[in-house]
Amino acid sequence: MTRPSFGAMARQQPQLTAGLVIVFLVVAFGPVGSVFVDTDLSRVGSAAANTSPSAEHPLGTDAAGRDLLAVMIAGTPLTLRIGFIAGAVGLGIGTLLGFIAGYFGGWIDTLIRGAADVLMTIPGLLFLVVLATSLQATVTVNMMALVVASLAWMIPTRTIRSQVLSMREAGYVQVARLSGLGDLEIIARELLPNLLPYLAASFVSAVGAAVLASIGLEALGLGPQNEPTLGMTIYWALYYTSLLRGIWWWWAPPIIMIVLIFVGLFLVSMGLDRIANPRMWKTP
Amino acid sequence: MPANYLVRRFAVFLIIVWAGATINFFMPRLAPVNPIRERLLQAVSFGGAGKTDMEAVVATYEAKFGLDQPLWKQYLRYIGDVARLDFGVSIANFPSRASDIILRALPWTLGLLTIATLIAFAIGTLLGALLAWPKSPALLHYLSAPLLALSAIPYYLLGLVLVFALGFTLRVFPLGGGFALGTLPNPSLSFAIDVVYHSIVPALSIVLSSVGFWALSMRGMMVTVQGEDYVNYAEARGLKSRDVFIRYAVRNALLPQTTSLALAMGYVVSGAVLVEVVFAYPGVGTVLFRAIQTFDYFVIYGVVVMVILAIALATLILDIVYPLLDPRIAYKR
Repeated sequence: MTRPSFGAMARQQPQLTAGLVIVFLVVAFGPVGSVFVDTDLSRVGSAAANTSPSAEHPLGTDAAGRDLLAVMIAGTPLTLRIGFIAGAVGLGIGTLLGFIAGYFGGWIDTLIRGAADVLMTIPGLLFLVVLATSLQATVTVNMMALVVASLAWMIPTRTIRSQVLSMREAGYVQVARLSGLGDLEIIARELLPNLLPYLAASFVSAVGAAVLASIGLEALGLGPQNEPTLGMTIYWALYYTSLLRGIWWWWAPPIIMIVLIFVGLFLVSMGLDRIANPRMWKTP
Repeated sequence: MPANYLVRRFAVFLIIVWAGATINFFMPRLAPVNPIRERLLQAVSFGGAGKTDMEAVVATYEAKFGLDQPLWKQYLRYIGDVARLDFGVSIANFPSRASDIILRALPWTLGLLTIATLIAFAIGTLLGALLAWPKSPALLHYLSAPLLALSAIPYYLLGLVLVFALGFTLRVFPLGGGFALGTLPNPSLSFAIDVVYHSIVPALSIVLSSVGFWALSMRGMMVTVQGEDYVNYAEARGLKSRDVFIRYAVRNALLPQTTSLALAMGYVVSGAVLVEVVFAYPGVGTVLFRAIQTFDYFVIYGVVVMVILAIALATLILDIVYPLLDPRIAYKR
């Protein structure tokens, strides 16, 4: 088999390809941008306040004298970092719990499923609000990620549990069991490899959900106050009523970047879903 | 309806509310210093006109939560307070009770959220069904792409863009608030019209950004149902394609869609809380936002418990109504 060309991949998996391109551009934006723009300009008071976009400040400046292009270049990777850490931690916990619940069943399954169901009914944002307001120290980007991760495990737990449940009785698992493999070996050698597409799709959704939760918290003013993440930029824009003052160049760039992140992740997860779940192929 | 089912379902409701209230109790206490105490002491040292008030709050707080008592006693007392919806007083607006502030805001949130969600649910479900029907017009498939893209945008960010376009630039809708400045809530027709006028853009931002979600989930359900034997059989019998679509496919796909409504409630509410902040809508979300900014802990915790209570109640009602709609569900769990 020859390696598939990019063109062939784009034709076969248009959503996945488009999503991956968008995500790549967003991820590359920070590192590439910092080569051309001095990210120190994202600090408060580094430029004149409230100037509209100009040659010197391509995206203008905000009320506290931050250069908004520098803010975007410094902030996008921070928001992505929160999303990736929280998504990875959430998926890790979720996979572990999902495997335990689905594979072993019994009372531990009832317990895990019950906890996930109850926590899913409750709006996560409100819990995160309680958690974030209880933390006395200034929140850092990594703390933010862990706060968000604390509620990012329920959906992975449920989806992986139901997958494991249906795979547990599959023929090849029975064969493996009959040939004397232990539980851990079956999980590691038979179940995990088959779940990889699902895990990839779950990871992408978990990152998206984590970015969404972190921006929601930040928009309420509960984020890292000293870091120019996308959500904090929106918070400051709301706080200084940029909307009513017509300072569109303050709130528009973070929104566009957030939309790009969500649309990119959404397309990737839809594409991965089509690979993991061939039944979806029926629909155009 | 078997009493057994009702009892068990009510127990789940109590567990959800209890779990929410318990996390709400222990989370602040995990912090090395008690944030509520710190905030109160800070308010006292701030001095000024509110000083004696704050000293009164500190005294009632210490008496109420009995910080010298063992944790389990504090906890039992707290659960009792939650059961009576007593969340203490607001620190920022001293004599007002937290529960009064929240109850005043609750109808705004419930009204906006219920109407917007029902509209989005109806449009999205219809659209999703049509998307999965081979005979629906091709135009529809072009419409679906932008709607799906909109569903990837959080409600409140779409709200920001809509305020800018419709309120700031075109000036056809107000920039925010629940009613015109200078009027007081009163039961007149003109006030009702004013409230609707102020709610259109917030509702629009919720509808536009959630229609795609419902459409997508309905389409998935339709694909599953269309593969069922009874649909194939109906087609083989030579029934009209429209009849098969409506009576065999849509009706059966509609029911799991109701379950998604119950599951999505938490997400919908979180989004709506932030929509209110963007629009300065006088609902629970704005109360929460102001409370966070003034570190008004009793109001924050009160909002959290009240919203959890409202959601648990809504899912309880949905779960009780759902088996009435779907005879296949026999009130098992």
